Amino acid sequence: MTTEAIRATDVSKVFNLGKTNQVAALLNIDLVIEPGEFVTLIGPSGCGKSTLLRLIASLIPTTSGSISVNGKTAEQARLDQDYGMAFQKAGLFDWRTVAKNIELPLELMGWKSSERKARSKEMLDLVQLGDFGNHHPAELSGGMQQRVAIARALSFKPSLLLMDEPFGALDEMTREHVQDELLRIWQDTDTTVVFVTHSVPEAVYLSTRVVVMSPRPGQISTMIDVDLGGRNQFTRDDPGFHQAVTEVRKALRVVGA
Amino acid sequence: MRFRFAEASAPLVAGVGILLLWEGSLWILSPDGFVLPPPSDILGSVGENASELWTAARITGWVVVSGLVVGVAFAVAASLLVNRFRLAREAVTPLMVAVNAIPIIALAPIFNNWFGLTSPRSNQIIVVLLVFFPVFINTVKGLSLADSSQIELMETYAASQWRITREVRIPTAMPLFFTSLKVASSLAVIGAIVAEYFGGRQDALGPMITQAAGLTRYADAWAAVLVGTIVGTILYFLAVAAERAAMPWHDSVRRGSI
Repeated sequence: MTTEAIRATDVSKVFNLGKTNQVAALLNIDLVIEPGEFVTLIGPSGCGKSTLLRLIASLIPTTSGSISVNGKTAEQARLDQDYGMAFQKAGLFDWRTVAKNIELPLELMGWKSSERKARSKEMLDLVQLGDFGNHHPAELSGGMQQRVAIARALSFKPSLLLMDEPFGALDEMTREHVQDELLRIWQDTDTTVVFVTHSVPEAVYLSTRVVVMSPRPGQISTMIDVDLGGRNQFTRDDPGFHQAVTEVRKALRVVGA
Repeated sequence: MRFRFAEASAPLVAGVGILLLWEGSLWILSPDGFVLPPPSDILGSVGENASELWTAARITGWVVVSGLVVGVAFAVAASLLVNRFRLAREAVTPLMVAVNAIPIIALAPIFNNWFGLTSPRSNQIIVVLLVFFPVFINTVKGLSLADSSQIELMETYAASQWRITREVRIPTAMPLFFTSLKVASSLAVIGAIVAEYFGGRQDALGPMITQAAGLTRYADAWAAVLVGTIVGTILYFLAVAAERAAMPWHDSVRRGSI
């Protein structure tokens, strides 16, 4: 029996509980994600998709309900570094070279210097930035910075990758390029991915399952399985792709997006 | 950071030009050089009193450097504590603001009585206090500017608060810290010399200035001021060098601004 990558059971999150500015961000969320899935959370602003991701990451506590990650509590999974995370802002450290940015989590885990260097080199090749290890982040374009952030999140080969609108700030062309890169990495590394986005085509293109959420309070409205097989440059013109996009759009219209 | 002749020669030409103008206008306006001595007299005085000036520069320089080092160390330690502990922040910050409002230099005569009229200790303490606030306030600000997504990222790695401070907050605070260090290095010289007017060793720069001015030997007074300026300039450029060594990655350093 394989353990579920993520199991959220009856999870609710209320911000500012008991105060006048109390906000119910999430209500009774049940979600199971199996290992190897690529699940996208999509929905209008205020639907709590980023909050759900932060709960899974144990960056904030649940108000009620429970979340397990790899069969442990979310808190324990964070302490064990079971997941890597990437944010909308690449969040690279300007004072570190690109290679040293990728090595940061490895340093915190106490890896030896030689092992760190070998791994950062491997990760740089993975995101096709092999020649940029000694550059500083300020010298890189936005798309390159985001690829470094992905390399950093994957550097210790976590079984789970959590991504909060990581491509939101990129232009369309760069965005499609890094999407393909992410898919290639996902296929090569057996990682489970939970991905938050605003973009319907992005959600459909990337995921095996799209979770549509509704706002006030944040709830899961529908889940749509996407079965497009291996993606390539023709996928975006595929009738199946357009059908899935339409299906997600309809679901979003129902929730008032 | 390359040193180009054109860049170095522009301020040199400007400086020499100002000195020549100064010298020339005094020839016409005030031939006796009573109020403002010409640069040639001041340089002459530096030559005549070289050994006394050298001794004075070392004594005052020690007050400046020791006060600067201690003041900056206290300021950095205090800003780390205040950043780390909310209680410290709430307890200490209003107090700091109040203490900062004290005209510190006015304490010099009082401190002289406390620590002995001829001891340099009171002058060092004036420098420490004077240096403390700009460094403290800027470093606290700098530490608080750390990017929230970078801190969140460190939390996903289950990093300790101290590690987050070391990896994120301290590097973020560096530009503001070094700016304040440059301000503090000039303040330290001003503080030391003015404090010396009221006491401390009598062969330091401060007393040299008051004594020479009292005897209307203005060229000698200006010579001591010139030496103080040189001490301050050296310190300023040491601060710039430290900044460049500490944060070669920063935009301002890469563009070579001071």
